Amino acid sequence: MSATLTPQIDRARSLTPLPLACASCGHGAGATPDAICSNCLGPLEPVYDAARRLPTREEIAARPRSLWRYREWLPFEGDPVHALDVGWTPLVEAPRLAARLGVARLWLKLDAHSFPSLSFKDRVVTTAINAAEAFGIDVIGCASTGNLANAVAAAAARAGKPAWIFVPEDLEIGKLVATTVFAPNLVRVRGNYDDVNRLCAQVADRFGWGIVNVNLRAYYGEGSKTMAFEIAEQLGWRLPTAVVTPMAGGSLVTKLRKGFTEARDAGLVARELPRQYGAQAEGCAPIVRLADRGDDVLIPEVPSTIARSLAIGNPADGLFASRILRHSGGAGQVVSDHELVAAIRLLAETTGIFAETAGGVTMAATLKLAEQGKLRADDEVVVCLTGHGLKTVEAVQDTILDAPIIAPKIREVAALVASHAA
Amino acid sequence: MSITIHLPSVLAAHAGGTRAIETGGATVGTALDQLVSRYPQLGPRLRDAHGAPYPFVTIYLNDEDVRLVGGFEAAVRDGDEVTIVPAVAGG
Ligand SMILES: Cc1ncc(COP(=O)(O)O)c(C=O)c1O
Ligand SMILES: [Zn+2]
Repeated sequence: MSATLTPQIDRARSLTPLPLACASCGHGAGATPDAICSNCLGPLEPVYDAARRLPTREEIAARPRSLWRYREWLPFEGDPVHALDVGWTPLVEAPRLAARLGVARLWLKLDAHSFPSLSFKDRVVTTAINAAEAFGIDVIGCASTGNLANAVAAAAARAGKPAWIFVPEDLEIGKLVATTVFAPNLVRVRGNYDDVNRLCAQVADRFGWGIVNVNLRAYYGEGSKTMAFEIAEQLGWRLPTAVVTPMAGGSLVTKLRKGFTEARDAGLVARELPRQYGAQAEGCAPIVRLADRGDDVLIPEVPSTIARSLAIGNPADGLFASRILRHSGGAGQVVSDHELVAAIRLLAETTGIFAETAGGVTMAATLKLAEQGKLRADDEVVVCLTGHGLKTVEAVQDTILDAPIIAPKIREVAALVASHAA
Repeated sequence: MSITIHLPSVLAAHAGGTRAIETGGATVGTALDQLVSRYPQLGPRLRDAHGAPYPFVTIYLNDEDVRLVGGFEAAVRDGDEVTIVPAVAGG
C-alpha cells in the first residue's frame, strides 16, 4: 500500500475507549470522558489488558504508515474513525550536526513535518478526537499555547465537528492564522496560557464538551507514545542512548518514557532505555528547575520568553516529567531566547530543517548538553523537533535583512557576485 | 466578611453537591479551614498530610495562582473569590 493513501480500515468493530484508572491511588473509573480521579484528583490513565495479543515487528511492518500501526498501545478496542493517516514522521540523520556536537550519531525526529498541522500535537489530537467520537461528544476544544489550537482546528474541520479553542490573545500571528483559517470558534483570552488553562478546566466542567487536554486528557496523552515507537522502529527496532525533547506541560517527556518502556516490555527492542533530557527557555523553566533541585514541589512561574509554545508556568505533568529526567540518567537544560534563535539558524544552516522556537530551545539545549559533556562521544542521540518554523517566523525574521534588494539589471547581480568574491 | 469559594464538580461531590460556598477568614488558608470544618471530606483534598497544598489541585485567589501571591498566607478581603481547579489539566 502506498504511504500517500489514507489507509483503508474495515470498520467491522465499533470503536470503544478503554477503561481508566487513577495513576496515583488506583481507583477504577471505567471508560469516561473525565481525566481526574473522583477520589484523589490524580490523573486517570487507560488500563490495557496485559494479556492482549501484541503484534510482532513483522506484523507492524506490514501495516500502513501511520501512528495506528501501534494500535495495541492506543487506548481503544475496535477501529478508529478519524485521523487515520496521522503519524510516521521522518527520522533523518544529521551527520554534520553529530560531528559538531562530538557524538557518534544524531537523528532529528521531525514532528515539525507532522500531517496535517506541522506539530506533534496531531498525535494527541488523533486519539482525543476518536475518544470524543466514541463517547458521542460532538464539540471538541482545547486550551493551547498555539500548536494544539492548530491541530484541534484542523482535525475538527476534517471531521466536520464544531470546535471551541482558547489561546492567549497575543500568540504569534502564524499560530493564530493557522487556527482561524479552519473557522473554529477561536477565543483569544486576555492573559497567559496558565490563565487560559484554568479557564478551560472550568469550561470543561460546565459545558460537557470534549476539551482534549482537560477532560479527554487520559486518551489524548497516549497519542504521544507513538513518537517513541516510531523512533524505535525507524532506527531498525533499536533505541537511541539519549533523547532530547522540549517541555511545556511535561506530557511529551512522560509519554515518550511510557512508549519506550512498552516497546521494550513487548520485546520489540532490547537495549537499555535512553537517557532523557528536557529543554525549556530560561524565561519559563519550572520543570528544569524542579529537576535541578531534585525535590517534589513544583514552583510555578510567570512565563517570559519568545518560545510561546513552551510558556506554561504551572505544568500539569511537571513533577512526573522531572522525575523521568532524573531517573533516566538525563537532566533538564535551560536556554536563553538569544540561544534559541541562534540554534534555529544553526539547525537550518547545517541540516536544511526549519524548526519553530520550541525546536530552537531543544537544539540549543542539545548544544549546551554536548558542551557540558552530558552528551558523549559514543552517544546515539535523537533530538525531537516538534513544530515547524513557519509558525514562528518572527523569531528569525531579521535574516531577511541579509538579502540585498536590487533592480532587475544584470550589472547589479554582477556587482553583488564581485563583492561576495572579494 | 464574606469569601466565595468555588469548587469543581469533582470536589463538589465531597461537599453535598455545593459548588459555591460562602465563608469567612482572613487568609486563603483560614477561609479553606472554615470550608473544611463544614465539609471534612474536602480536607485531605486541599492540604497534604503536612498541611502543604495538595498537589492535585490548584487554588486561585481572584484569578491568581495563590502560590504566586503568598500561598495559604495570602490575605483575603470581603468579596474575594477563591477558585479551586484540578491541577492535572492542559499542557
Ligand atoms: C512544538 C511543541 N513542542 C513541545 C511542546 C511541549 O509539550 P508538553 O506540553 O507535552 O510538554 C509543545 C506544547 O505545546 C509544543 O507546542
Ligand atoms: Zn486517585
